[in-house]
Amino acid sequence: MNEQVKIDLDRAERAEKLQGMGCKRKRVEDIRFTQGKGSYVDDLKLPGMVFGDFVRSPHAHARIVSIDTSRAKALPGVIAVLTAADLKPLGLHYMPTLAGDVQAVLAEEKVLFQNQEVAFVIAEDRYIASDATELVDVEYEALPCIVDPFRSMLPDAPILREDIKDKMTGAHGPRKHPNHIFEWQIGDKQATDDVFAKADVTIKEMLVDHRTHPSPLETCQSVASFDKVKGELTLWGTFQAPHVIRTVVSLISGLPEHKIHVIAPDIGGGFGNKVGAYAGYVCSVVGSIVLGVPVKWVEDRMENLSTTSFARDYHMTTELAATKEGKIVGMRVHVLADHGAFDACADPSKWPAGFMNICTGSYDIPVAHLVVDGVYTNKASGGVAYRCSFRVTEAVFAIERAIEVLAQKLGMDSAELRMKNFIRAEQFPYQSALGWEYDSGNYHVAMQKAMDTIGYRQLRAEQAEKREAFKRGETRELMGIGISFFTEIVGAGPAKNCDILGVAMFDSAEIRIHPTGSVIARMGTKSQGQGHETTYAQIIATELGIPADDIMIEEGNTDTAPYGLGTYGSRSTPVAGAATAVAARKIKAKAQMIAAHMLEVHEGDLEWDIDRFRVKGLPEKFKTMKEIAWSAYNAPPPNMEPGLEAVNYYEPPNMTYPFGAYFCIMDIDVDTGVAKTRRFYALDDCGTRINPMIIEGQVHGGLTEAFACAMGQEIRYDEMGNVMGASFMDFFLPTAVETPKWETDFTVTPSPHHPIGAKGVGESPHVGGVPCFSNAVNDAYAFLGAGNIQMPHDAWRLWKVGERLGLHA
Amino acid sequence: MTKSHIKVTINGKVVEALVEPRTLLIHFLREQQNLTGAHIGCDTGHCGACTVDMDDMSVKSCMTFAVQADGASITTIEGIANADGTLSALQEGFRMMHGLQCGYCTPGMIVRAHRLLQENPDPSEDEIRHGIAGNLCRCTGYVNIVRAIQYAAAKINGTPFQEAAE
Repeated sequence: MNEQVKIDLDRAERAEKLQGMGCKRKRVEDIRFTQGKGSYVDDLKLPGMVFGDFVRSPHAHARIVSIDTSRAKALPGVIAVLTAADLKPLGLHYMPTLAGDVQAVLAEEKVLFQNQEVAFVIAEDRYIASDATELVDVEYEALPCIVDPFRSMLPDAPILREDIKDKMTGAHGPRKHPNHIFEWQIGDKQATDDVFAKADVTIKEMLVDHRTHPSPLETCQSVASFDKVKGELTLWGTFQAPHVIRTVVSLISGLPEHKIHVIAPDIGGGFGNKVGAYAGYVCSVVGSIVLGVPVKWVEDRMENLSTTSFARDYHMTTELAATKEGKIVGMRVHVLADHGAFDACADPSKWPAGFMNICTGSYDIPVAHLVVDGVYTNKASGGVAYRCSFRVTEAVFAIERAIEVLAQKLGMDSAELRMKNFIRAEQFPYQSALGWEYDSGNYHVAMQKAMDTIGYRQLRAEQAEKREAFKRGETRELMGIGISFFTEIVGAGPAKNCDILGVAMFDSAEIRIHPTGSVIARMGTKSQGQGHETTYAQIIATELGIPADDIMIEEGNTDTAPYGLGTYGSRSTPVAGAATAVAARKIKAKAQMIAAHMLEVHEGDLEWDIDRFRVKGLPEKFKTMKEIAWSAYNAPPPNMEPGLEAVNYYEPPNMTYPFGAYFCIMDIDVDTGVAKTRRFYALDDCGTRINPMIIEGQVHGGLTEAFACAMGQEIRYDEMGNVMGASFMDFFLPTAVETPKWETDFTVTPSPHHPIGAKGVGESPHVGGVPCFSNAVNDAYAFLGAGNIQMPHDAWRLWKVGERLGLHA
Repeated sequence: MTKSHIKVTINGKVVEALVEPRTLLIHFLREQQNLTGAHIGCDTGHCGACTVDMDDMSVKSCMTFAVQADGASITTIEGIANADGTLSALQEGFRMMHGLQCGYCTPGMIVRAHRLLQENPDPSEDEIRHGIAGNLCRCTGYVNIVRAIQYAAAKINGTPFQEAAE
């Protein structure tokens, strides 16, 4: 073996040992999770712990005439019953929402949605607490309710929020009606209207992204433990953003922030459900402060689906203007946003409609105008980003459905229409008409790769044949080809436009190298299944040349982790991942000085080589990071502070813009409405790939949730405001039997502004998946003149489409 | 409330306890026996996060009263690892194939898959998918769970691992 080959082999072996970025490292978390040794909130058992449970409103809108807690209090084992009357003197009967509104913790004079919290029973065990909720006697006087958001602003609509009825300016400007929350406008209205007035072709479609729920398998829960002697509160909870929760608890309770210890242990999925602050958290805290014992609150599934944070409910009138050759010249969108009874959307505070203005999508659209009106209805509050950055699923749904409608009107292939209008690679960084600067993209290449891989032309030919066969009565099956090409906007975000209640949306990493060269690192984010303990370690491994197995990652304990804004909106990799790389580079710079001292050379004479600094031209003279760590503590250069650690609070200069091309091939039985996904191909570009195994897992999961949303999942209300189907009996969560098989693929276009070029991937498949499924369904029926078919596309609704079109015998 | 005496074998150990007649098996296991591996996800028997093995059957322990377990033999996720403490073939399969993310459904899923492989040591993909249809996972999209079970089946059977055809 010649010398060079030996050197190369040695380097390859050393690199492999690190298990750094790009390798399919097996997850650290799985050792405990596969043995049932995870530690979730409901696993906590503290001495003297008691249990809380809610009395909830059966009405969607009613005045509370009286609350009598005497029968409940008389039940053996019941310790206390809290009502608004108990919270009001503490100023805690309302809490601030992330969207600048307030939300009732316990209803005071009125209830505004079914299952709203009215009283909180605390008892020795959860069974007694549950029994006692039925012994609280509440007298209601039912009021007319609003379920349809299009009725919210009618002149004779009942006023829902009496607490703010005279406040005609809300957190986001003037309100046009007592049931109006905000109007948010962006873009050039005049220029857009002008383009539409002169355009060859225009389309206008009402696209509804219906109300649904993130529904992680673990519900929302908390345990509060107040130490009266120390005046300290420890709060364990299902928190995607534990540091923000600590700040909010401090602000509303008056306890100093350093005396509040918020701990988010293992979390059983979040998907946006666990970003907000809920009545249960507040009541467990108040209960513990009042009683001096730990109070546990655990939602049941019905409570979860019907109260804590719905998603979507956007009614989007979407218009496109184009030349007859198919060049899109303008976009106009009006959204009626149903926010429920309180505006508790989890968006950065300045963005009442999230990043809905990403709705121009992947296309070079010169002018656009967007208006969003938010209104109150008698439904649960929320409006969270369900596995997406803020309102990005809604935005992508609007543009990707609209482009199909336009293609049909133009009589043009929709893949070709997309190709014709894509932002070209040389246009990046690209300024969109609605105010974003897209960092990087290579859309044509991704689309072409996807089309070639699935054999797009052949599929269209097959579809044409099948349509003819259908017309001849030879088959009862319709074939749909769904396409979506999405651009996400994730990694919120730059302080200039992103904050939550005034807290800028930076994130953080703190890395400490121990003398023996092993590492503990802590971040301000919080994994809920994304595998942070595995992937952050891979970043550090590559940056610092320390094996990932020697690096422990910790998150979720606000006492030990640096402040960060948490995990949602695919922000962990774009923001805390960047902080991790930057902190590691600070350590590396110090390590280089130490190595120079150890090797008695000038710093500039050293070069980095996988896990060591070596003298340029003398590869046998080197110091490994492990050796440097020992010296950093025990023999640092003169005048250098000992130790080897760094912290970085990273404020991103821009968002990141992951993108992808998805194709869905679907066969629908016209007579039963049953839709079968024959093939689903997802090409994602999330920039630099840290762990391909985890990326693939994220894509599988996101696609499955997209499949659920598009094909059946829904939170529905009847005209009385009764929530229909708030259990897994009715709420569609696909099993292994219904779930299609997923094919994944990728291209790599790094983010130019991110230290390692990564963009985030957790939510892309959901964002791109929902319109892809809906487009497949719409495409299947398009040749029959079906017009726009709204989601969700369950068999019953698709059967009705067949019925409407007279396709049934 | 009057309590009933029950005697249950849990993960090979005989346990005697007093429980209220209405105490659910899942609460008995989690709160009285400190076996917190099985989880509660839905309260209606749909999600399977609470699945345990009772007398050689997969049982949803949130749909079962503790008193119904009197005299029964129960295996929970805590009793699935090999006798020497190493991961069982299924546990290893879930890790190797990335068959879990948040870990909340995982104990129920593994305990269910354990019974499935007892019933059908060499299942096809379709049989696996139907065999775990009583267990919901919100994170993985099932593809890798199916692979994990195939991996375990191959390891137990001493055959090379390959993804099974339909």
